[in-house]
Amino acid sequence: MEKFEKLTGIAAPMPLVNIDTDMIIPKVFLKTIKRSGLGVNLFDEMRYDRQGNENPDFVLNKPQYRDTQILVAGDNFGCGSSREHAPWAIADFGIKCVISTSFADIFYNNCFKNGILPIVMPQEVVDVLMKDAEKGSNARMVVDLEAQTVTTSDGESFPFEVDAFKKHCLLEGLDDIGLTMNNVKDIDAFEGKMAQERPWV
Amino acid sequence: MTAPKTLYDKIWDAHVAHEQEDGTCLLYIDRHLVHEVTSPQAFEGLRMAGRKVRAPEKTIAVPDHNVPTTLDRVSGVIANEESRIQVEALDKNAKEFGVNYYPVSDIRQGIVHIVGPEQGWTLPGMTVVCGDSHTATHGAFGALAHGIGTSEVEHVLATQTLIQKKSKNMKVEITGKLKPGVTAKDITLAVIGETGTAGGTGYVIEYCGEAIRDLSMEGRMTVCNMAIEGGARAGLIAPDEVTFEYVKGRPHAPKGAQWEAALNWWKTLYTDEGAHFDKVVTLKGEEIEPVVTWGTSPEDVLPISAVVPAPESFKGGKVDAAKRAIEYMGLEVGQKLTDIQIDTVFIGSCTNGRIEDLRAAAEILKGKKIKDGMRAMVVPGSGLVRAQAEEEGLADIFKEAGFEWRLAGCSMCLAMNPDQLAEGERCASTSNRNFEGRQGYKGRTHLVSPAMAAAAAITGHLTDVRELM
Repeated sequence: MEKFEKLTGIAAPMPLVNIDTDMIIPKVFLKTIKRSGLGVNLFDEMRYDRQGNENPDFVLNKPQYRDTQILVAGDNFGCGSSREHAPWAIADFGIKCVISTSFADIFYNNCFKNGILPIVMPQEVVDVLMKDAEKGSNARMVVDLEAQTVTTSDGESFPFEVDAFKKHCLLEGLDDIGLTMNNVKDIDAFEGKMAQERPWV
Repeated sequence: MTAPKTLYDKIWDAHVAHEQEDGTCLLYIDRHLVHEVTSPQAFEGLRMAGRKVRAPEKTIAVPDHNVPTTLDRVSGVIANEESRIQVEALDKNAKEFGVNYYPVSDIRQGIVHIVGPEQGWTLPGMTVVCGDSHTATHGAFGALAHGIGTSEVEHVLATQTLIQKKSKNMKVEITGKLKPGVTAKDITLAVIGETGTAGGTGYVIEYCGEAIRDLSMEGRMTVCNMAIEGGARAGLIAPDEVTFEYVKGRPHAPKGAQWEAALNWWKTLYTDEGAHFDKVVTLKGEEIEPVVTWGTSPEDVLPISAVVPAPESFKGGKVDAAKRAIEYMGLEVGQKLTDIQIDTVFIGSCTNGRIEDLRAAAEILKGKKIKDGMRAMVVPGSGLVRAQAEEEGLADIFKEAGFEWRLAGCSMCLAMNPDQLAEGERCASTSNRNFEGRQGYKGRTHLVSPAMAAAAAITGHLTDVRELM
């Protein structure tokens, strides 16, 4: 997995609440057996008409937001299904950080597996960041994972919380399975114990 | 004396294989359910790393999301090439990695969350995961069950564990008795209406109270199934005699002395007196009405007697979301919900595709016809549910009423197969999500119980089922 350290990039505002995984990547694109290539269909039904023409009003179609790397979104971003195609599409588009007041649990976890940093901020901070994102491509936001801060284009800085272990894995780009395999003896021991205590499992 | 524990605490503690100082755990997984959409990349990952499935005997695969439900599928050919490739990939992966498998041709095939309990794979006190958010369904057995992404599917395949931190405890109590015509679906939607779709974020919910205890296993599965729509990681119901009765004798349930040993442990799986919950929500069972959704989020739920709400009646970002939803759904503020005309009815899904759901719908439809021009279909949750419904004469009731009687699969719940809404079509659906485009591009979904779906099929508009009872 790619490491996430410090990101300086364009932030796009998506104030809509409850942006669900069907909006992020509609089911027609779940038929792939690959992880790559989904960026072009990110937010497909909002981004294109039925003929595949771009909707010029959609934020990521506007010239100033084409190279967006940070999304500032409304409450409960990523609710709905467990499809990892959602973070795959986000990452494939080039977005590496999503900021909201809250995220759906499975989506939140899926982000970390794909080098994306989801940041939870209180409403009043999201409001400030949303305003900053509305400035377009001249405004670069800075997300510093090590320092756990988001800084607006005006230099106003806000701290955020992130689980220490998740932070470590993201900073180092660590592979979860490899990490777990370091504890394979504990898994063996657990299975041995369970074979005695709960043999019906 | 140890501190009193919740049901969630007990199941969690019984599955920690390793704990780091910061509380990050390796949680051992007893059952891993797999379907064709969220697994191909995971199996490919194993192959590329030269890894095996650690516990193939605890891994159960079944294709459900993509499969056609029309009767011609017995020919074995899936017309949509991408769907066919995905199902074939699961066939191949299941064989290559040696996991338990129910192919499309097997009568036991069906929606993964219906097959697991039906075959006795899901048992009380287990940890159950699947690359599907509606894994919460299995919580009805007092199993800790939740959806995971594909990276985690690969992690579980390789290690039989998940890297997890514990969630908070939330209690949802439904006191008293339900009124006639009110079902498990109405309970679970009413709870989401109360808490919102993010109300459960960070929590595992335990549902309790008299109205929950009175539910059958089918009804309990419906309640837990939609815990995810309330944002919770999982929903749980403590196992009791109803649970044990359902489990006993199922193909993969323990037998003989092992049954007795299991039962002894299962009977300890309840929340201790005085255990701590971080959040408590209480609803009165007798106050719950048959409900429907009007908007494009499962929290947009109202009693059938209500009207389409004004966006200004909401707060914050929800004002704009409600405006957008009303426009998308083609509704007028103040319109009576019972005046909303329906052209499609879908009965099925992991929420409401079990035998009791079909009985409830058939009860309303018996001797009646669906409205002229209505498209109505029943998609049983598994081949065995279908067979049982045929045996009980339910299939005949549906067919005589004008419903299509389909083969098992996820079908129009998420419309990955050919069962979809066309642009502007409006569906009374027993499924779990009313998101924009969920049942087809620009399709409009109203979530309802099976009995309410049957009522709408007859009258052609959203209807209070109690008027037909």
